[in-house]
Amino acid sequence: MADLTPEEIKHHVKTYVLVFVALAFLTIVTVGISYLDLGLGASVALALIVASVKGSLVACYFMHLIDEKTTIYWTLLVTAAAFLVLMFLPLGTMAVQVQV
Amino acid sequence: MDIPFTVKNRPDTGLYNGKLGVWLFLASEVMLFGGLFSAYIFLRTGAESWPIGADILNVPLATLNTLFLISSSVTMVMSWASLKLNDLKKFKLYLGLTFLLATAFLVVKYFEYSAKFHHHLYPSTNNFLGIYFTMTGLHMLHVIGGMIVIFYFLVPGVKMWDSNPSRFINRIEIIGLYWHFVDLIWIFLFPVLYLL
Amino acid sequence: MYTVHHKESFWAKYIFSTDHKIIGLQYGITSLVWLLFGFTLMMIMRYQLAYPESPVPFIGGLLGDGGILPSEMYNSLGVMHGTIMIFLGVVPLAFGAFGNYFLPLQIGAIDMAFPKLNASSYWMYFVGSVIMVIGFFVPGGAANSGWTSYPPLANIATMGQTVWLFGMVMLITSSLLGSINILVTVIQLRTDGMTWLKLPIFVWGQFITAFLLILAFPPLEAAGVLQLMDRLAGTSFFMPSGLVVSGEVMTNAGGGSPLLWQHLFWFLAHPEVYVLILPAFGIVTEVMANNIRKPIWGYKALVYSMIFLGFMSFIVWAHHMYLTGMGTTIGAFFQTTTMIISIPSVVILTALLISLWGGSIRFNTPMLFALGFLPMFGIGGLTGLPLGLAASDIHLHDTYYVIGHFHYVVAPGTIFALFAGIYYWFPKMTGKRTNETLGKLHFFFSFIFMNGVFMPMFVQGLAGVSRRLWDGGEVYAHAADYLYLNEVMSVSAWLLGLAQIFFIVNMIISLKGEKTGEVNPWNATTLDWTDTTSPPLGHGNFEKIPVVHRGPYEYSVPGSKVDFIPQSEKG
Repeated sequence: MADLTPEEIKHHVKTYVLVFVALAFLTIVTVGISYLDLGLGASVALALIVASVKGSLVACYFMHLIDEKTTIYWTLLVTAAAFLVLMFLPLGTMAVQVQV
Repeated sequence: MDIPFTVKNRPDTGLYNGKLGVWLFLASEVMLFGGLFSAYIFLRTGAESWPIGADILNVPLATLNTLFLISSSVTMVMSWASLKLNDLKKFKLYLGLTFLLATAFLVVKYFEYSAKFHHHLYPSTNNFLGIYFTMTGLHMLHVIGGMIVIFYFLVPGVKMWDSNPSRFINRIEIIGLYWHFVDLIWIFLFPVLYLL
Repeated sequence: MYTVHHKESFWAKYIFSTDHKIIGLQYGITSLVWLLFGFTLMMIMRYQLAYPESPVPFIGGLLGDGGILPSEMYNSLGVMHGTIMIFLGVVPLAFGAFGNYFLPLQIGAIDMAFPKLNASSYWMYFVGSVIMVIGFFVPGGAANSGWTSYPPLANIATMGQTVWLFGMVMLITSSLLGSINILVTVIQLRTDGMTWLKLPIFVWGQFITAFLLILAFPPLEAAGVLQLMDRLAGTSFFMPSGLVVSGEVMTNAGGGSPLLWQHLFWFLAHPEVYVLILPAFGIVTEVMANNIRKPIWGYKALVYSMIFLGFMSFIVWAHHMYLTGMGTTIGAFFQTTTMIISIPSVVILTALLISLWGGSIRFNTPMLFALGFLPMFGIGGLTGLPLGLAASDIHLHDTYYVIGHFHYVVAPGTIFALFAGIYYWFPKMTGKRTNETLGKLHFFFSFIFMNGVFMPMFVQGLAGVSRRLWDGGEVYAHAADYLYLNEVMSVSAWLLGLAQIFFIVNMIISLKGEKTGEVNPWNATTLDWTDTTSPPLGHGNFEKIPVVHRGPYEYSVPGSKVDFIPQSEKG
């Protein structure tokens, strides 16, 4: 984000406001959904989907990840892989744990 | 002799040192909170019973806090944009707002915590409250850390704008990245702890 | 180019310096002291193992109880030996010291990317290491629940465990800051022409190590925070329901899982193995390439193997947990990944071995240590295979076989590589030469006694001697025939300690000696030797920032008059 013209920055600012509105709206949505009685599975899935959308909005627009350099993409790709392993592999071992 | 690429971008990577540094730091933060989220899933899956967050915690207050944090995130990015537009006044306004919103977040958090303690709900009560206090507590430490840095750039650090404006803009971009990340963590903490 | 040489006070120049070379030396000296300290703890333990329940000589007075080592303190010494050797000794030496000092020199950078951060990560390491040792002075002594700190035992252990956790959090934070610095330095500060595949293997080793640290350490930090909460705030993250301790049911809420700790712990601790070994590969490669006077065989194979090793190290950790009731499906997964990860290690070792073929080898001290590394690491690696397969691991788990296996990797493996590095770069750091005779005596005695200590462990382990017995296995009737080995190992360990005197004396004598004035005594090709003085200039490192024109190991190029062409030479 080094060499932006003032016009581009002003355009960016408009995006920021839009993103903010979207985030606020999605917050209300996710709280609203939680009051519906959907069962645990569906509400977990929905809440995580909404959170991921919000998270991506923050990462893409506020953190400018949408047009970042490849070095950063690579770093985050490796991190994401390690993160997924950390999330799910322990669960995998639990699923087939021998019960005593 | 100065270290290269503290201000300018290195041609082949297109980055300055600080930006890459903060992204790598955030990568390690992902893994730190990842460890806690992993613990949460592990404990919840293995638990005989697990309370629904909304039954114990105060969802309206947390929704308010979510709004505070996302607002602080947008004011943060606006302060950076103002610097880019050469407008120091607006920069100070937006960064000041960020600081205030963060303070509001902490105040709400204080009321939440003390209400829990008042009802004799402690981290030791059960594992849900344990992980709730640990994760939100660690997140709060991140908020406080960010606030200290923001305060620094708001008051003593702003001098750099006169001596080395492009470096100052970089610094604001870096603290911004950190701040958005703190916001991002909360975006996941909120549904996971309060709503599910 | 750097002209402002204003007078700096001793404190500014040597204590709170931000110069990567001084920080490297700070790391180096501190970690060598801790290595010696951790080694001493083990020598005390070995006395108890060889001569159970007889008073320890020299220091018996400190132990109380008639000079006999109490069993609780034996446990403490075990924990602290492990913790100090790994987190206070080997990693800071391999990564903090060597990485800091030589990595910027090898890539032609004037300093690390963030000098102040660099200094603060050293001081955080220093404070963390002091906190660790404070554990010895709190009620109940230092942490005594194994270096792995498995709960629920660690949860209910004495105060030393809390101190250990605080120390770990400091050390982890320090490592994270250090790795960010290394990564940014390598990515951003490589000099012109230093493309990725022209990097010396040493730099690659440090780079991948830094990535492992940055991704694997934070989950342990999270686990440490959770254990601190368990111990200080009374949560039950790692406390199962209905736990009975000494006949009493624990009053905490329960519902936690001790296995969770093991997962988070080994998520770090397996990559940690590669954190210990990758810098060693790097150093050994540098030393070998220089002393065989020909290019390293399979540069790209080495690089890709190291990257692959780094990736795989994240999905093998549960092979430490076969005996936790793990199901066969997931067990099969971890066995498979464990067997796969041995492949890149073998590729690396083979590439180094083949490199020797047809070289005109110079047998100087650093080369001897590097050559010693190869078979020692080979033994360490091969003995790991039976531990990676669940069926054989059931028999060997928690026996001395395991101890023998990982010590072969780390002690005669990594530590030999580190010694090779110290002898190799000593002229660079000081402008002086080490004494070859003392160096060779140091190597041969160390080599003999290292094997004297660790080889019998395989025998004892196969006989079923548990790794944690205070009395050296006296109660184990089935292993009675192998207990005499305790004495062999202990005597070897003390002699190994004595052999290090050669090293210490050598360092002192060499430091007092005259400067030789040679800039590149080994006729090496990498930038650290060819474009800096010995020792390098203060801030700035280079008279003129070098530009790289060729690969790192251009030795004995056909048609060239000299047998080495520096990386910075045109043509």
